[in-house]
Amino acid sequence: MNTPLVEMRNMSISFGGIHAVDDVSVDLYPGEVVGLLGHNGAGKSTLIKMLSGAYTPDSGEIYINGEKAFIQSPRDARKYNIETIYQTLALADNLDAASNLFLGRELVTPLGFIDDAAMEAETRKIMARLNPNFQKFNAPVSALSGGQRQSVAIARAVYFDARILIMDEPTAALGPQETKMVAELIEQLKKEGIGIFLIDHDVHQVMNLCDRASVMKNGQLVGTVNVADVTDDELLGMIILGKAPGEQSGP
Amino acid sequence: MTEPTIAASRPKPRRTPFQQLELDTRLLGMVAAFVILCIGFNILTDGRFLTPRNIFNLTIQTVSVAIMACGMVFVIVNRHIDLSVGALLATCSAIMAMTQTEILPDMMGLGLNHPMTGVITIIVGLIAGTMIGAFQGWMIGYLTIPAFIVTLGGFLVWRNVAWFLTNGQTIGPLDPVFLIFGGTNGTLGSTASWIIGAVLALAAVAGMWSSRRAKLSHDFPVKPVWAEAVLSALAVAVIMGFIWVLNSYLIPERRLERMFEDRGEIMPEGYTEAYGLPVSVFVLIAVAICMTIVAKRTRLGRYIFATGGNPDAAELSGINTRLLTVKIFAIMGALCALSAVVASARLANHTNDIGTLDELRVIAAAVIGGTALSGGAGTIFGAILGALIMQSLQSGMAMIGTPTPYQNIVVGAVLVLAVFLDILYRKRMGAK
Repeated sequence: MNTPLVEMRNMSISFGGIHAVDDVSVDLYPGEVVGLLGHNGAGKSTLIKMLSGAYTPDSGEIYINGEKAFIQSPRDARKYNIETIYQTLALADNLDAASNLFLGRELVTPLGFIDDAAMEAETRKIMARLNPNFQKFNAPVSALSGGQRQSVAIARAVYFDARILIMDEPTAALGPQETKMVAELIEQLKKEGIGIFLIDHDVHQVMNLCDRASVMKNGQLVGTVNVADVTDDELLGMIILGKAPGEQSGP
Repeated sequence: MTEPTIAASRPKPRRTPFQQLELDTRLLGMVAAFVILCIGFNILTDGRFLTPRNIFNLTIQTVSVAIMACGMVFVIVNRHIDLSVGALLATCSAIMAMTQTEILPDMMGLGLNHPMTGVITIIVGLIAGTMIGAFQGWMIGYLTIPAFIVTLGGFLVWRNVAWFLTNGQTIGPLDPVFLIFGGTNGTLGSTASWIIGAVLALAAVAGMWSSRRAKLSHDFPVKPVWAEAVLSALAVAVIMGFIWVLNSYLIPERRLERMFEDRGEIMPEGYTEAYGLPVSVFVLIAVAICMTIVAKRTRLGRYIFATGGNPDAAELSGINTRLLTVKIFAIMGALCALSAVVASARLANHTNDIGTLDELRVIAAAVIGGTALSGGAGTIFGAILGALIMQSLQSGMAMIGTPTPYQNIVVGAVLVLAVFLDILYRKRMGAK
């Protein structure tokens, strides 16, 4: 067994006395998609925000490639090539696609001024690869459809060489066509050896896209299963009842 | 928003949206409103409104509020507000008045009218303004006290710090070098004005064509050449027209005679000289260009707009939004100090009530100029145009003899109406 890309051990965090995440351990291997399942408020997003640096855990340790990692802020997370695509898309609606793609990491001219033309050129290149239909390069992203916005968010992660990608309900706002596009994209990213945490509460989505699934309920880990070993109903049972179907297996 | 056209600082239309160039119909509307306003007042005042003399005065009166409005754009775009700018102006003005009339000449022993007094004074004022602004920004960003509260407190504090520093007295006369920034006492004359106009016009045209070249080098769609040419011609015409108007305002004969007498010379028969571009207006133009470049071409500006558009997104992108807040308010403070230079030099004295109600004028100028209080949208050019519209309304009504209460009623109503029209406009654009 090779070293996991990410190992989160015994993570806990509470907000005002409520244990949002309570002693949860999950791991992720290169080229693997791990689904995080659970009801709203089960603690999926909170758990993953500790990996992306948005929250600092009360206790617990994170290992990246077997080495202990210290992630205090989104900037730290980026150092470990962790990129997050948030449910709320984390795009500045008033800026265009290129400005969003490079937000916080703008390309500059030798004099230190923002090089909009170069950023737009790079954006056009990567969008041609990810979403060839994308044309609105000069409109603010508020003028884009859900799928187009999603592709900007994904482009952003891919462009900056994410090794570990966190996707928070990436297909929630998308139509069937765009969902298919995202699924294809995930396949492509897997082939490149990127590890993906996929947060979702749609069981079918997870069955289709993921290799393993970790189920959470009330801030605690119910269990982690190989998706191939369970049925939709068993997985659903874990979410609703909060009970593992007997076996807990790794890859 | 993404058009990297530099030098958008002349108070007349440019960047016209041809074809599908979606944005800036709003700006065009404002320019149109301003032109209609000017023509209307010109008719009502039998042609006195659009004389070189009145335009000259109008620009001088607008400068102080317009400089601060540039900073207010950043503050409001970043979803904050600053209610303390008028009071901060007063404190900076008081500090500078004390520096140039007491501290430097007496305590430091430079004596009266030392050539360095004005320079040192302005530097001291700028440092004071920047530090006070940064301090308020620190309380807002790091202590997370709402900007409304911090600056409401600041409004009371700084207004009365100014009073305390000067014992409420009018301080003057101010240093002659310092007075150059006041307007009438500091103009550049026609030759220098023409040169500055030409440089600005060249820079504007060069900016447009270099941005076109940058786009072409990446094979992006560009405007047709004729459109660029028309825009360039328009820019040059507006800039040079403005200079021409200012250069048409001649210094009154009596005043010229006095100037010659002061130098111990006798004025030649039939000699005339124009005021030209006031130094204060030149300062405003410089501020506007710098702030526009900061807004559009620097990381700082990009982060201010991104944070205004979606604070969470900015934070998650690794932007230090707290430090950003400090920087924004530091800039605002520095611009308040600069405005204090212009305002007190224009009055030739520091007065205890200097800058009173300026916070409201500045916010109104920014908002009329299209800065959205919800954050994320606004232009420097718009804010200056907003300041100009407010000042034109005020002096136009004064010229046709509108009683003071009506003047303020109209200005207040115009502010609300402008924001309402803006809401309608945004809704229509959003619904598309």
